[in-house]
Amino acid sequence: MSTIYIARNKDVAARKLGGEMMIMSGRDSTLFSLNQTATAIWQAADGVTPLADIVTGKLCAEFDVDPAVALRDAEELVAGLEEHGILKVSNAPIVDAQ
Amino acid sequence: MIAATAQDVVVEIGSMPILVRTTSPEFVEILEKRYGVYVNPTAKPVFKFEVEIVSSASLSGAIDPDEDLSVRFEQGRWVLERGDFHAELDSDLRHGRIRQTAAPYAIDAAFRIVHSLILAKQGGLLVHSASVVRNGRAFLFAGVSGAGKTTISRLAPADATLLTDEISYIRREGDGYIAFGTPFSGELAQHGDKVRAPLAAVYLLRQGPENRIDPISEADAVRAVMESVLFFAHDTELVGHVFDSVCNLVQTVPVRRLTFVPDSRIWELIG
Repeated sequence: MSTIYIARNKDVAARKLGGEMMIMSGRDSTLFSLNQTATAIWQAADGVTPLADIVTGKLCAEFDVDPAVALRDAEELVAGLEEHGILKVSNAPIVDAQ
Repeated sequence: MIAATAQDVVVEIGSMPILVRTTSPEFVEILEKRYGVYVNPTAKPVFKFEVEIVSSASLSGAIDPDEDLSVRFEQGRWVLERGDFHAELDSDLRHGRIRQTAAPYAIDAAFRIVHSLILAKQGGLLVHSASVVRNGRAFLFAGVSGAGKTTISRLAPADATLLTDEISYIRREGDGYIAFGTPFSGELAQHGDKVRAPLAAVYLLRQGPENRIDPISEADAVRAVMESVLFFAHDTELVGHVFDSVCNLVQTVPVRRLTFVPDSRIWELIG
């Protein structure tokens, strides 16, 4: 499987409230809440760190999860977040992410 | 032919005066009647509206105030459209033109939109809610239609002051928020008093078998308040401002779930 890079979409606003990351889509004003795993991925989505490295470096380090399972779950998660316009996903580094 | 003389009416809501310029004496009367104490000829306007009164036939589309409202930013200006009016606002939100019939509904909607756009950039909000002042403190009651906004306004004690039973107007000031009276009314069909007070609490209304106040998480508070915010423009930047404003509000002012039996004892819990 090719390397996946993820970046936060600039068209969304994000705030952490009471430990819960809330994301508002500027595109359609939809409000999302991210769970702990999704929040960790969102915060690490710098456009240049491969998703697999985020999973091993962040998720597996912070949560007690099997790396292979965690990567598969993370790929599903980022696909969903991409669908809602929250994350950008690419097979190459996303250089304008910051 | 003698050119019609333009007349100005300044309507001040939320300490934000908007000047309306029209050549229609009939429309001036309509404005003065509609906005009453909110008309303030001496206030210095922050926004100027030039109104062109037209016949319903000259507006495109059906004259239907319930037709879906469109607010969009295109070609460097805001465009507001509904069945009964067409308005364009400068990008800096200081000047606009509106074509409408000689009825108060269109300018009323345009006012709400202009205020919401200006407030969005200042950290303020229009909220679909009732608000009441008691003992110098303002309380805001948000909820879906039927949740009890008008009911709790009616139940307010005699020493309370109604700001609105329909659309609350709040602005950030210093470390807190100020609630203002508005002429935007719901079932009570009466203006709120033109007064201001620091916002002490936001209550999310729900009618139930007993009177009680329950805490809710900040995240749930944001979700609930966002559902009640009046915001018309699908503009990424402004949506971000509104979201930030709601988050700030929730972190500044207590937001609670208020379950109430529709009787006046609820005010013993509120303050």
